[in-house]
Amino acid sequence: MQQLNLLLASLPDGILLGFVYGVAAMGLTLIWGVMNVINLSHGPIISLGMFGAYIVFIKMGINPYLGLLIIAPLGLLLGVLIYVVAVHRVINAPHLSSLLATFSVNMIIIGLGTAAFTTSPYNVDFNMGSVTLGSTTLLGTRLIAALAAIIATGSLYLFLYRTRPGKYIRAVANNRAAAELMGIPSSRILALSFGLGTMLAAISGALIATFFPFSILSGGGYELKSFVIGVLGGLGNPIGALVGGLALGALEAIVPAFMETSWVPVIEFGLFILALLVRPNGLFGAKE
Amino acid sequence: MKRSLFNLFALLAVLSLALAACGGAAPAPTAAPAATTAATEAPAAPTEAPAVAVEKTVTVGFTASQTGSQEVSSKRQVNGFNLWMNQVNEAGGLTLSDGTIVKFAAQSYDDESNKERVQELYTRLITEDKADFLISPYSSGLTAAAAVIAEQNGKLMITTGAADDDTYKQGYTGVFQLYTPGSLYLTSTVDMIKTLDPAAKIAIVNESDKFSTAVVGGLKPYAVAQGFEVVLEEAYASDTADFGPIINKIKDSGATVVLGGGHYPDGSTFARQLYERKIGIQFIGILVAPPDSKFSELGDAALGVTGPSQWEGKATHTEAEAKGLGIEWFGPSGADFAAAFEAAYGDKPTYHAAGGYTAGLLLQKAILNADSVDSEAVKAALDAMNIFTFYGGIKFDTSAEAHGLQIGHSMVVIQWQKNDAGELVREVVWPADVATKSPIFPITAP
Repeated sequence: MQQLNLLLASLPDGILLGFVYGVAAMGLTLIWGVMNVINLSHGPIISLGMFGAYIVFIKMGINPYLGLLIIAPLGLLLGVLIYVVAVHRVINAPHLSSLLATFSVNMIIIGLGTAAFTTSPYNVDFNMGSVTLGSTTLLGTRLIAALAAIIATGSLYLFLYRTRPGKYIRAVANNRAAAELMGIPSSRILALSFGLGTMLAAISGALIATFFPFSILSGGGYELKSFVIGVLGGLGNPIGALVGGLALGALEAIVPAFMETSWVPVIEFGLFILALLVRPNGLFGAKE
Repeated sequence: MKRSLFNLFALLAVLSLALAACGGAAPAPTAAPAATTAATEAPAAPTEAPAVAVEKTVTVGFTASQTGSQEVSSKRQVNGFNLWMNQVNEAGGLTLSDGTIVKFAAQSYDDESNKERVQELYTRLITEDKADFLISPYSSGLTAAAAVIAEQNGKLMITTGAADDDTYKQGYTGVFQLYTPGSLYLTSTVDMIKTLDPAAKIAIVNESDKFSTAVVGGLKPYAVAQGFEVVLEEAYASDTADFGPIINKIKDSGATVVLGGGHYPDGSTFARQLYERKIGIQFIGILVAPPDSKFSELGDAALGVTGPSQWEGKATHTEAEAKGLGIEWFGPSGADFAAAFEAAYGDKPTYHAAGGYTAGLLLQKAILNADSVDSEAVKAALDAMNIFTFYGGIKFDTSAEAHGLQIGHSMVVIQWQKNDAGELVREVVWPADVATKSPIFPITAP
């Protein structure tokens, strides 16, 4: 009974957090799904999104949710820039080349971020109150973050399935050579895809910053979760990434109800390995 | 093929990061060594009085966490040490009875808050930089890693920012602890709670690292012995960001008091989320984070939070106190130290800074007592040390079981309160005889 109470108290919280995890994972799986690049700069870009929220709220006095309207396009532009400078030249090279290229970007961002912000924790002291429903307390910041995550996912889905550039992205993801033969400018579409992936990472970072302290190194943990979600939800599938994020968030809420919190990563990554062995296509299938 | 590659990479990434997490330290990006001054090899200790004063430069080696999870506290510690060194050197150094003038040079590197880096760098400090004496890095985990290297190489190490008892129970003979041991960290807080609410129900929630585990290892039996009911014991990983499930457990346990925490990042996060969720906790005592001036950045979430402190400027120890105890006084007054620190760094000193300064002061006193810079002579002087400084008493256990463990120092409890101007300030609330304010109890959610 006690466990059930704890579960009911923690589960909604975990699910709300899972929406944000899902957005972070969507960025990673989109880039992988379209161009077969494992973006190792994903974590630091999440951190930059966090600092984006800090700057717009603390330094500029703008509501951090309105600040997303600034952070998202900057994330998109940063992604396009990273693609043009570091990824484009190695896009057809063996996977190790793109891996090293994005790892280099990762190190550059962390180095510059450390010089600019140090590795001390920062806070976006933004309170949206809370709602208490029975045994559970839902924080306003998490409710809004979940809502923003749903909007981001829906927008991405509409973009990919209802717009011409979105259809181009799906075409390039399916068969780049055929798409080029149909006159689709694949380089620009790849740059756009990379930009969208980093934009989603930056948005998730900005949302996380409204409820957790952060440093330039904080993104690494969310990058790791994105890998897990990518495997759970299926690659290249935005809805799968969101559902994978929800599953991970729920898991993080369920485990502490039954055992010590320090067991969470053990269970989390144990299930991850199990998913790799049993359902390598992801629990919700993957894009083919 | 694509999926397999992604899955393989994801698996490797998870495993490597999990292994890194097992190391208990956050990775950090920069590895640039940052020597603070040129190192000079120290010549052998004098054997007879020279006709002309000889100047010797003693190299003191240490690593600093310029990046990573220990950055905040480590930087303060290093600032404190550097202040001491600059003061001694600017005053002309130490003069031994044979006329030798001893000056100090620091050799330090960024350990990135990483144990493996600590072991590499302390080896380098000893073998390449020829450090004569060592100061510990900040944190118990990093110090435990460094102490092994110091002991293996027969180097004397003064530890500061390293409270875990275990390091001093490994049979080492050259490692000396400045901080009050971890097992006693929260006992004074329990004493205070006993005067506030003897029927309090305590939840112990701590980081699962070396230091915090040592603290709660001493806390629980002490709290039970004082008649308290411990209704929850919960450990969390160092990189925990979401304390929601733990806070739900605290609420469910019926606890009225929360004690625990770990280091700055997790402690400040925990305090903020306890505030946001308003679960009616009457007293919060958290390790390490509250005594840091940066804690006030939490705003109202900081109000009422307490923490044990090794030293506070508002309740600094005095020469009169030493005289009353019949113990030798050494070093500047707390006010002089605080003024010099503020002039040098533009910030009020925390206990981390005071610890760094006092580590230097302790080395200075040991060299003066030994009248030599010979490692064995200085070690004997430390074994016999029993002094009082602005930081408090310093005396070491010399038994084989716990050689080097600090037994002369006691702690105070601070609480964040608002002053008349509505600003958050750190007040000493325990022990009652040195308290600057009465504790806010129960803390109420605004």
